[in-house]
This record gives sequence, C-alpha cells and structure tokens, in this order.
Amino acid sequence: MPNLALDDLRAPPTGLRPRSRSFWQTVGRRLARDPVTLTCAAVLLLILLAAIFAPLIAPHDPYRTSMARRLLAVGDHRHWLGTDELGRDLLSRLIYGGRMSLFMGFMPVVLATIIGGTLGVIAGYAGGALNMAIMRLFDIFYAFPSVLLAVAISGVLGAGLVNSLVSLTLVFIPPVARVAESVTTQIRNQDYVEAARATGAASWRIVTGHVLSNVTGPILIYASSLISVSIVIASGLSFLGLGVVPPEPEWGLMLNTLRQAIYIAPLNAILPGVMIFITSMCSNLISDGLRGAMDVKV
Amino acid sequence: MLTYFLRRALYTVPIALGVSIVCFALIHLAPGDPLSAVMPEGASQEVVAELRAAYGFDKSLPVQYLTWLRRVLTGDFGYSIMTRRPVLGEVAPAVVNSLILAAAAILIGFLTGLMLGLIAGYNNGTMLDRVVTSVAVTGVSVPHYWLGMVLIVIFAVNLGALPAMGMGTSGSADFAMDWESLRHLILPAISLSVIPAGIIARSVRGTVAEVRKQDFMQTLYAKGLPPRRIFVHVIKNAAPTVLAIMGLQLAQLLGGSILVETVFSWPGTGLLLNTAIFTRDLPILQGTILVLAMFFVFTNLIVDLIQSAFDPRIKRS
Repeated sequence: MPNLALDDLRAPPTGLRPRSRSFWQTVGRRLARDPVTLTCAAVLLLILLAAIFAPLIAPHDPYRTSMARRLLAVGDHRHWLGTDELGRDLLSRLIYGGRMSLFMGFMPVVLATIIGGTLGVIAGYAGGALNMAIMRLFDIFYAFPSVLLAVAISGVLGAGLVNSLVSLTLVFIPPVARVAESVTTQIRNQDYVEAARATGAASWRIVTGHVLSNVTGPILIYASSLISVSIVIASGLSFLGLGVVPPEPEWGLMLNTLRQAIYIAPLNAILPGVMIFITSMCSNLISDGLRGAMDVKV
Repeated sequence: MLTYFLRRALYTVPIALGVSIVCFALIHLAPGDPLSAVMPEGASQEVVAELRAAYGFDKSLPVQYLTWLRRVLTGDFGYSIMTRRPVLGEVAPAVVNSLILAAAAILIGFLTGLMLGLIAGYNNGTMLDRVVTSVAVTGVSVPHYWLGMVLIVIFAVNLGALPAMGMGTSGSADFAMDWESLRHLILPAISLSVIPAGIIARSVRGTVAEVRKQDFMQTLYAKGLPPRRIFVHVIKNAAPTVLAIMGLQLAQLLGGSILVETVFSWPGTGLLLNTAIFTRDLPILQGTILVLAMFFVFTNLIVDLIQSAFDPRIKRS
C-alpha cells in the first residue's frame, strides 16, 4: 500500500507531535462531525424531554374519554392528531406514551447489561469449569428465539409492567453475557494482563484495572444496539396485550386498541407505530454512530 | 469431518434437554394453580385433589418432569385444557401454517437482503452504499407488526387490492397452492421479511467489503481474472458468515411471526399461542413453545454443519 508509506513520511517527528487526545476526546470529536448521529440524538432527546414534561406540554388530559369525539380525523382544530377509539386526544397520549415506551425500551437493556455483563466478565476471566457452567446455562436460553421467549415468559406470568420488564431482561441477559465473555477472554490472553499477573497483581486488581476498562466499551456498544430491539419487542408485548395494562398510554397498546379502527380512521391507527419506528430507528443509528466513533467491532 | 459432525450433534442433546426443562418449568412459573382454568367454581378439596392426580400435579417436580419428558418423546404432548383435544393435533397444523409464512418471508427477505448487501459491499463508501445502508437500517428498526398495519391501510383499505385477514377464501385454515392463498400470503410475508432482509443486507455488506479488502483479491485482479470469476471468490469467502446469520434469522423468524400473525389473523403458531395465553391453556402454550424452540435448536445444528462444510477452519477450533 503506497499510501501507508506516504503517511509515515508525513507523520511529524517524535517530540514535535501535537498534544495527544484521550480516547474519549477522539470519540467526542468524531461524533461532533457525524450529522446523522447528532440528529438522531436530538430527536430522541426531544421525545424523552416531551415524555418527562408531558403534563406541561400535552394539550389535553390523556385519560379523558369522550363518546362524542371518537376517532376524530388527524388535523382537527382542537385535537391536532385526532382522537382514539374512546375519544381521547391522540397527541397527548403519544406524548405521555413516551414515558412507558422509552422506559420499557431502556430499562431491560440496562438491567441485562449489568447482570449479563457481570456474569460474562466473571465467566470470561475465570475460564474453566465456571465459564462452562455459566455459558452452557445461557446456551439453553439462547436456544429460544427472542420474541418467543419474551412472549412465553410474559404469557405465563401475565400482563403487567413488572412482568414484561422481567421477561425482556431475561431475553437480553444471554446475548450480553456472550459478548462480555468473548471480549473478556480475548483481553485475558493479552500480554499486558500476563505482565500484570507476573508482577503479582491480585485478580481483583487485574479485573478492575485492566479487564473492565477494556471490555466496557464493546459491551456498552453491543447493549446500545439492543435498545431498538427492546423498544420494538416491548411495544410488541403491549400490542399482544401482554405488557402495559389499559388505560395507560403506551405506544404498543395504543396500536393494539386502534387496530380495530383501521378501516374507519387508518391514519390515527398507524400513528403510535410511527413513534415506535422513529425511536427504534434513532436508537439504531446512534448505536451505529457510537460504534463507528469508538472503532469497536463486536 | 465425521467426528466434528458427531460432536456437534451430541452437543445438541444437553441443549435440547435444557430447553425441555425450561418449557416444563414454564407451567410451574405461572402464578396460581395450573388447573385454575378447568377447576369448577368452588370445587371441593376432593375434586381438586382428584383433578391434580388426573393431571399428575400431585407428584414431586422431578418425577413430573421425567413422566412428562417420556410422554413428549413418544409424541404425547398432553391434552388442551380448553378443547380437550391432543396438544400435538392442535400444534402441528399451526406449525405448518407458520412455516408456510416463514418460508415465503425468508424467500423475500433473503433475496432482498443478499442483493442489497452485495450492491453495498461492492460499492463500499459510495453514495449507493449509503442509500442501501439506510434502507437496511430502516428494515432492522421497523416494528414489523406496525408495518403490517401500514400495508393493510395501503393495499387493503385504500387500494382494495389485497386481502388483510386470514389465509384463504372464507377464512379457511388450509393452505392451497392457488392464487387466492398466494394473495393472502403477500402482505404478511412482506411484513415478516423486512427485519431479516435488513440484518442480512448489513452483514453481507460488511463481509463482502471485508473480503474485497483482502490481499488475495489484488492477486486475482492482477492475474487478470474476469469479474465474474472474482465474484465467485467473494461469495465463497463471505458464505460462512452470511450462512450463520441466515440460519439464525430463519429460526428467529418462526418465533417472531407471533406478532405478524396476530395482525393478519394468520392461523399459525402465533395465533395459537395468543389464544392459549388468554384462555390460560398451559399445555398448548407449553407444547407450542417446545416445538418452536426445538425447531430453533435443530436449525442451529444444521446451520453449523453446513457452515463447517464451507469453512474447514471451524472444525479445528
């Protein structure tokens, strides 16, 4: 490769090298030059802020039903995005719905990352029988398609927020553990870990000092890619009637109840799905952007 | 070769057993009595005890598991609590219907994914690559059940061109290879195909771009090989990775069809599971999940074996 040689020639001689940047500074600079990731982050932040400050922003009470105002079309002068099958203001319900939908998208991934990440690092660092025991156990859960496992556990436990949270967390623990284990195994065999061990550093010190700092990035990147899946499956559970219980506003559940009105008010019926789609798409693109900026391959 | 095949096949046994334990445990995970659905109102202690004994719930858990496993191995999945018909008799036709839908979705998803991935991988870094990549991200991110609804709005409500519900004329649950059945298949199959299409497009793009950067590609170009022959080399090197992803998607699809089947009232495992959940028909729930999970386990096995046939390096590790 001729370019490589040229680059070598252009590199400033040692001593005159510009101030070196830290890893996170480099990542930050790369992200700042990435318009797609920045736009997605802004959109997601907007939805999040709207959800948090829903009582201040929402034009109507999301729970107030009105038999006279059922299924008003999008563009109504009082209800901008129309109303649902019980005459509740759709815009307000979409704003409020972000609370539950975002929570159900992020929380299972956070929990699974903590639990699965810890178990994966332990398995990867310990190796041997402990690794076998932990990873083979996860292989069993890996043998279930993710949506099926989530539906099965939720179906058995019954509908409800906590049950969906439990089932989704259980779905995401094995894949996170698998990534954590494989990254840790790679790091464990690096020369610098060998060197640390040779100087007599304790296992705890090696794990916190060398292993964790090197595995956190890849694990977090992988976890961030699960958020969009989690949003889609969590709303899917509510869509099946297995997640959030009515009359709580939640995008998946709204999609489920409005489905009956698809022939009368098709635009209203698909609106909640637009929100799920935007959130899931933005999460995916942010995850891709982070992966590129941190130069991580998982 | 044979040793690897045998070892890999043997490894499936503990996984399959583990899966069966999870499926068995599902019933006991359920809050309340598993018999609550059939228990008559205000049943006396004797009736309760009799029913428990009839269903075998009075034995210890390991004994119950072994009895259940022995029966399952001989094809006896128990009886539906609701319809009192054999579970296998209800699950089998549903699995066939789901497989029809999955096969159609795979055909669409894999072909689109492969094509998009090859285009992007061959034009890595260009505008075309960026367009294809964004299409792929859209495919991965879209909630497929919602896409199903959007397709219904466009093609059934507005255009009136395609049916929105069921599998054939007058809601029949038998798939006939006729035009009417195919028309019913189009919308659900497209909805189900977008996620695998997106995932496959992304992985094909990455793998193809990676292979094309390898040194041996320079050699192939240098020795004047026509592009068509070089393409064969690219495919051969990308195949193991792509096959692995495809195998995983195939099985995920069968499990993931629950949501799409609900949208289109497709009489497959999804609809069966949904009904079983809401009528608390635990034997049906358990049977359906067991069959689907076993299908997943064996698909993984076959994919691994095919993959190792393509790439001899795998066997050594």
